[in-house]
Amino acid sequence: MADTTTKAKLRWGLLDVIVVVFALIPVLWIASLSFKTPATLTDGKFIPREWTLDNYRTIFQTDQFVRALVNSIGIALIATLVAVVLGAMAAYAISRLDFPGKRLLVGVSLLIAMFPQVSLVSPLFEIERQLGLFDTWPGLILPYITFALPLAIYTLSAFFKQIPWDLEKAAKMDGATQGQAFRRVIAPLAAPGLFTTAILVFIFCWNDFLFAITLTSTERARTVPVALSFFTGESQFEDPTGAICAAAVVITIPIILFVLFFQRRIVSGLTSGAVKG
Amino acid sequence: MSINATPAGADVTTEETAARTGRHAAVPAQRASRRRAPLSENKRAERRLGWLLCAPAALVMLLVTAYPILYSVWLSMQRFDLRFPDQREFIGLENYVTVLTNEFWWTAFGVTMLITVVTVAVELVLGMGLALVMHRTLVGRGIVRTAALIPYGIVTVVAAFSWRYAWTPGTGYLANLFDGSAPLTERASSLAIIMLAEIWKTTPFMALLLMAGLALVPDDLLKAASTDGATAWQRFTKVMLPVMKPAILVALLFRTLDAFRVFDNIYILTSGANETSSVSMIAYNNLIRGLNLGIGSTMSVLIFITVAIIAFVFVKLFGTAAPGSDDGERR
Repeated sequence: MADTTTKAKLRWGLLDVIVVVFALIPVLWIASLSFKTPATLTDGKFIPREWTLDNYRTIFQTDQFVRALVNSIGIALIATLVAVVLGAMAAYAISRLDFPGKRLLVGVSLLIAMFPQVSLVSPLFEIERQLGLFDTWPGLILPYITFALPLAIYTLSAFFKQIPWDLEKAAKMDGATQGQAFRRVIAPLAAPGLFTTAILVFIFCWNDFLFAITLTSTERARTVPVALSFFTGESQFEDPTGAICAAAVVITIPIILFVLFFQRRIVSGLTSGAVKG
Repeated sequence: MSINATPAGADVTTEETAARTGRHAAVPAQRASRRRAPLSENKRAERRLGWLLCAPAALVMLLVTAYPILYSVWLSMQRFDLRFPDQREFIGLENYVTVLTNEFWWTAFGVTMLITVVTVAVELVLGMGLALVMHRTLVGRGIVRTAALIPYGIVTVVAAFSWRYAWTPGTGYLANLFDGSAPLTERASSLAIIMLAEIWKTTPFMALLLMAGLALVPDDLLKAASTDGATAWQRFTKVMLPVMKPAILVALLFRTLDAFRVFDNIYILTSGANETSSVSMIAYNNLIRGLNLGIGSTMSVLIFITVAIIAFVFVKLFGTAAPGSDDGERR
């Protein structure tokens, strides 16, 4: 019996290793490239023979990258904040209140989750040009909020359903209004769910390329993924590979941190919001 | 509760609106009695709060999607090239004829379909495997789940650059394995690499959706099957798959629609060279590089219609249940 368990463990362990290797190789590869010196960049070795931090120094000295990084962080944070607040309000109403039009809202957000974003690119390009939103932060924040909202609403309604609502009743018994009960009692209880949703929404905004490349034209609002695709070397003759890889690693760091520290939350957020049978 | 609850939900709303304005005669008895009783102060406050809380989200979602898509239909019926703004005029369906008789459009459409079908099929198999590993592994569950989340979370453009350099002759460890040829300069190998990049990036998401389905399979059922002498494969096909069917269909629907939007990987890996453009890619090219809003919008509308058809097929033919659509019923 003990023998079969050991064997089973070994088998699962082997599968684990395959998954981990499969998941990590592309990440390690781009990290490796970012540490290579220009001379060894094209040697095709997976592990750098000579290590350098020059690529990182270079990108943090260029305005192009630093501006893009500020844009990426600012836009993603604002969009996340707004989407989570609006999503929490709607999710609370959906999971707690009885009002006509509720199913319609759930249906609409489901449709938006399936919406082909590229279909919005042409009209939004024209609308934002007319409104003066083209190439500005709000011009990107708006579509990000829109497409993050279904995710936020689903995940949060799933979380809200697990909250002990009797506490809310107790608060109302003590004379609190529905609104007060929401702010004072439920919001603190919902904090973990809000936090998880915020991570998922942030990852979504951080990741976007299509809107960022079509709705911006200068460094004013260009985010890092787009800036990466425009990177050229200092001069025409310089290969931008090292700089691109270093910048790529920099924007991967927050993702790695989220995944390392909040793996449980992300998994539960994605699975609870996604499928409930 | 299936996705077609959405139109049903809409019906309920209109029905209720009609009932409120007194035009609707044949309301079910229980419903009518509920309505005839005057709404208590509490009930009315609850409704108001419900609408109030939902209004901002609903407003943003509609303003940024419904209005532009309608505007896009309007734009698609015009000759509208930003380089020649004077020639802007209403031309009916002429743009649609132009696009639908254009071989580049159909090539891109074929490429998109191919990528969608192949990647989703492969992801279903790999994703199921990964879901089983993440759900049932006896050792290192946390490590596996953490590792699997990295492709999900990483910026697609970053991953695409990693694959591009991996396959660049001289630079890349993978290109050198295949005696230094340049796979990204040929069509078949380019498409294969695009699909590889897509599969790597999105298999974990598929696996997570499937894992949610796996969690619904009762352990007792598996044990009972095992006691009755079912092999592992029989337990998988006869017990797990039927229980997981709704989860599988939802995962397939979401991934299919997502795969159809493929853009980032193609942009970075090939920029659409050697006929590797997807529909998103040529819509982008017509808009930003060609500055042709009329044609760009026509493609937008066509992509929207295609996605709507795919979603409809899933829902009507396979009866895909929509996630969360049971929300409306639990009161």
